[in-house]
Amino acid sequence: MPTDSSTGPKQESVVRTILVALTVCLVCSIIVASAAVLLKDKQLKNASLDKKRNILIAAQLLTASTDIEQAFANIERRWVDLESGKFVTDNIPSNYDQRQAAKDPAASVAIDAKQDLAKIGRRAKVATVYLVKNKGQIETIILPIHGKGLFSTLYGFIALKADKQTIVGLKFYEQGETPGLGGEVENPRWLALWPGKKLLNDEGQPALTLVKGGAKNEYQVDALSGASMTTRGLQKMIDYWLGEQGFSKFLKRLDVNSTAAQKGAA
Amino acid sequence: MAIDKQELKSVILKPILDNNPIALQVLGVCSALAVTSKLETALVMAFALTIVTAFSNMLISLIRHQIPSSIRIIVQMTVIASLVIVVDQLLKAYAFETAKQMSVFVGLIITNCIVMGRAEAYAMKNGPIMSFFDGIGNGLGYSAILITVAIIRELLGSGSILGFTILNPIQNGGWYQTNGLLLLPPSAFFIIGLLIWVIRTLKPEQKEEQQ
Repeated sequence: MPTDSSTGPKQESVVRTILVALTVCLVCSIIVASAAVLLKDKQLKNASLDKKRNILIAAQLLTASTDIEQAFANIERRWVDLESGKFVTDNIPSNYDQRQAAKDPAASVAIDAKQDLAKIGRRAKVATVYLVKNKGQIETIILPIHGKGLFSTLYGFIALKADKQTIVGLKFYEQGETPGLGGEVENPRWLALWPGKKLLNDEGQPALTLVKGGAKNEYQVDALSGASMTTRGLQKMIDYWLGEQGFSKFLKRLDVNSTAAQKGAA
Repeated sequence: MAIDKQELKSVILKPILDNNPIALQVLGVCSALAVTSKLETALVMAFALTIVTAFSNMLISLIRHQIPSSIRIIVQMTVIASLVIVVDQLLKAYAFETAKQMSVFVGLIITNCIVMGRAEAYAMKNGPIMSFFDGIGNGLGYSAILITVAIIRELLGSGSILGFTILNPIQNGGWYQTNGLLLLPPSAFFIIGLLIWVIRTLKPEQKEEQQ
């Protein structure tokens, strides 16, 4: 096939150059904009399904045959003011995003460096929690946690039984730790060590520790081998989010036996 | 425009071994490091890049007589970037899980030298149909390397292929001690280096002349 030379003097005029540039930009922007607009609903649905899936995994409610939307029908999303531990019902948009809020100076607070165990700098004033309900009673409390590991910030959910102490499950949905070492926080076999352990002691203080060389009691979980820094990050993350700065006040206030507490708040 | 079958065949097949964009031209290596720790992401990346290269080649070839040479690079970039954004949006809509793992690397196809290299070297001089197949061919050449690297990394690094366990790793109670190095990006450098060595041993004409 013969090659052809495409440049002639006609194409090089300034007017023509500008005209070609404008046309290319216009056509391309229409294509890009329509792709973004047409696919937006589907993408948002995917993102929401993905989040729900991770929450169900943390609550140990996901099996191979589970329909995510159906399983999620028993889960109630609530917002908690971390300062007071009370439920928030007013002025919360339905698409409230705790991660976005943590970046917004008006919706978040800076954490004092000494108290910032999880090394996150700022935290949102309002946290999104999920409650698994059965006949009006709370069965499982699912709390969002995040904090620095070695290389990345880990984001996950931890689920507690109604006794506010015992772990139901743990799941990280975003992390960038070393594959094969810290990245093993996603290994289902390791995560299976968590259910049944006690996250908090009888006084409601974070009491769980990650230990090397075999967990001996219900307040200990085996640390990840070869991932001391990720383990340390995890430990601090738990201490922070279940402590005074995190969900401690909320858990103390929460009445699992009736919905009265929430109605009162509403 | 008649299409020469011989030419078509060479345009599609040559980039796979004889003129491989990664192994011979050493283009587009950065994404090859990033997405090859698992075969699944490598397949999606290979597919995305092949589609983008083919269509950007075709579109650029269609308008090649209209593009003033003073702004040709930026026009190529605009076309490529638009295609990449569309592909990225499609992946987020229809292959969300994989798109999430690949994060920015789909977007970075824009800066992949193979796409622009082919636009500048081939599509600006040839007709749209041949340019399209040149894009397919170079995409396949890229894919061949990516898939080979990903199979080696996933099998020896995690003991699985496409997520199915082949060598049961110790972490899951099996016997296979996984090679953690292969899960890290630098290992792809070593594997690509070894592949280039193998290809150039088999095809000595690819060797660069001694300076």
